[in-house]
Amino acid sequence: MLELSDVHRYLRWKKRFPTVWCPGCGIGSIMGAIIRAVMDLNISKDDVALVSGIGCSSRMPVYVDFNTLHTTHGRAIPFATGIKLVRPDMKVIVVSGDGDALAIGGNHFIHAARRNIGITMILINNSIYGMTGGQVAPTTPLGAFAHTMPYGNIDPDFNPVELAMAAGATFVARSTVYSIVQTTNYIKKALQHQGFSLVEIISQCPVLFGRLNKMPDPKQLLKWQKDNSIPLAKAKNMSPEELEGKIITGIFREEDKMEYTQRYAELVKRVQSELED
Amino acid sequence: MALNRISSDGHPLMFVQGNEACVQGALHAGCRFFAGYPITPSTEIAEGMARELPKLGGTFIQMEDEIASIAAIIGASAAGARSMTATSGPGISLMLENIGFAYMIQMPIVVVNVQRGGPSTGLPTKLSQSDTMQARWGTHGDFTSIALAASTVQEVYDMTIRAFEVAEHFSTPVFLLLDELIGHMREKVVLNKHDNQAVVKHAFPEIPPEWYLPYTESLDLVSHPAPFGKGYRYNMTGLVHDRAGFPTSIPAEITERLETLRNKILKHKREIWQLREYYTEDAKYVIIAYGSAARAARGAVESLRLKKTKAGLIDLKSIWPFPDEPIKEILDRCNIKSVIVAENNMGQLIHPVREMLGGSVKIASVNRYDGHPLEPQEIINVVKEEIYA
Repeated sequence: MLELSDVHRYLRWKKRFPTVWCPGCGIGSIMGAIIRAVMDLNISKDDVALVSGIGCSSRMPVYVDFNTLHTTHGRAIPFATGIKLVRPDMKVIVVSGDGDALAIGGNHFIHAARRNIGITMILINNSIYGMTGGQVAPTTPLGAFAHTMPYGNIDPDFNPVELAMAAGATFVARSTVYSIVQTTNYIKKALQHQGFSLVEIISQCPVLFGRLNKMPDPKQLLKWQKDNSIPLAKAKNMSPEELEGKIITGIFREEDKMEYTQRYAELVKRVQSELED
Repeated sequence: MALNRISSDGHPLMFVQGNEACVQGALHAGCRFFAGYPITPSTEIAEGMARELPKLGGTFIQMEDEIASIAAIIGASAAGARSMTATSGPGISLMLENIGFAYMIQMPIVVVNVQRGGPSTGLPTKLSQSDTMQARWGTHGDFTSIALAASTVQEVYDMTIRAFEVAEHFSTPVFLLLDELIGHMREKVVLNKHDNQAVVKHAFPEIPPEWYLPYTESLDLVSHPAPFGKGYRYNMTGLVHDRAGFPTSIPAEITERLETLRNKILKHKREIWQLREYYTEDAKYVIIAYGSAARAARGAVESLRLKKTKAGLIDLKSIWPFPDEPIKEILDRCNIKSVIVAENNMGQLIHPVREMLGGSVKIASVNRYDGHPLEPQEIINVVKEEIYA
């Protein structure tokens, strides 16, 4: 008889497995981190809505036993905004890839951050378009190879952490799949945070990004994450040249500001009390 | 907003724009979530919702674009709120991908299109009916859409309520096709003609969550996915899915899903069809029109009747699915010589009319697409041509 782990209780493991993810992919580890964070915080599965767009990471709704909504490319955040406004009591999680969140969905990303609506965004950054077969993403490093950048990428990449902070997000963190315990802790903090929270997780795509960039073994990519990660406290004392190509990890912002649905509830209260007068 | 009076039988009266009547109808139907983006000539609907929804504890949000607006109302509907957005042609063009998503996950929403001239930015402040076919075929893939219409401000109020009823009943998006003239014109509206229970929220699932399948159709083929956060955890996806809501590539399940999306509407199209007849009993010349074109046609019919010409009008209140059977019943009843299709476009509604009649009756058309409403005289002229043809 199969011994079930605690994580199994949060998975639709009876029917929906194996996953669509390739061997060595980082998304499964991140799914485990999300589940452990929800489990550690004792959040009821009924109270979690997990919303995604299109892409490899956006296939997660199929596997997790929450209220799950698999929407259109780039649009998970506005769908999640509708859910959160109607059910401010629910934990609304958006799982998004780098292309989904920063290219086609970039506008929604900055506006959700600006409103500071209580959505937790898990941005799984593997530097490439995986589902469509390895095309350049807004996060592909300069010079890296992709099927639509066969001569090396000439498009400068986005820094999602700085983008979110500039747009007004009140919880912003970055971690890696290699540091999965740290990742889980950041997701826990993000889920407890009132307001828009972003956790960017550097993930590995050995089959496409790795193969096109001379790191086809997942172990190589995980080692690359390990060797290039610099904690924020240490990075503060380093020059931009020294930080070139590094992954700065840590909590970049944790700020207490009024969350959007609370702000809206106050507006309703004010309008209704004026009506009574 | 307007001078409020009470009618002789106790109903509140308003003298308002079509767009304001739409707001009143939506609120009366129980709409408590609106997300939108400003666009002429629909903006008064968003402004009215921004003013009124907080008073009722409902939610208004101006999103960053139309794509986000339609996504937000679908999300709100998934969380259990009756939801609507309003826009015009360019906005609908942006919304179409997510409208297709709502067809696929079977989520009730109301989408109001206050039509203006196109293509592209077109004629922002002028009327048009050139999105008639867009409401039928707009998003990609095979699907069946529902679109309702109105030609008076009272009907805007009534048909907005009706749009929510139909959306809820069939658990699908419903278009309400207005146009700049109807949206901005002021007329008297009698409110609360319908009782407050007019729109009935579909019953919550009765079976326990562990047995729940969101897309197990009842005999009427319609699924009503349970609201999120009520203990029924399941998956919704824009991918073709099985009864549990999970992606499928099994041919029999694909066929079942796609046929259900079509048949749940076509099997019950008689419940959706709605039209209004004027002087059709003995008509030889029947005009088919909707919205502002139907107003001009009504003027034309009244003038022609004064001169003893047997003209009649079918003013469509439901456009899609096209009400071919009731129109044919009317035409079979009267002594028909010609059908005249009057439209503020280059000819869109005429296509289902041709398909319906299949050459059995002569069809003429009156089209105007310069941003101005049709004049009754333009229609009269075409009817006269038919008389002397």
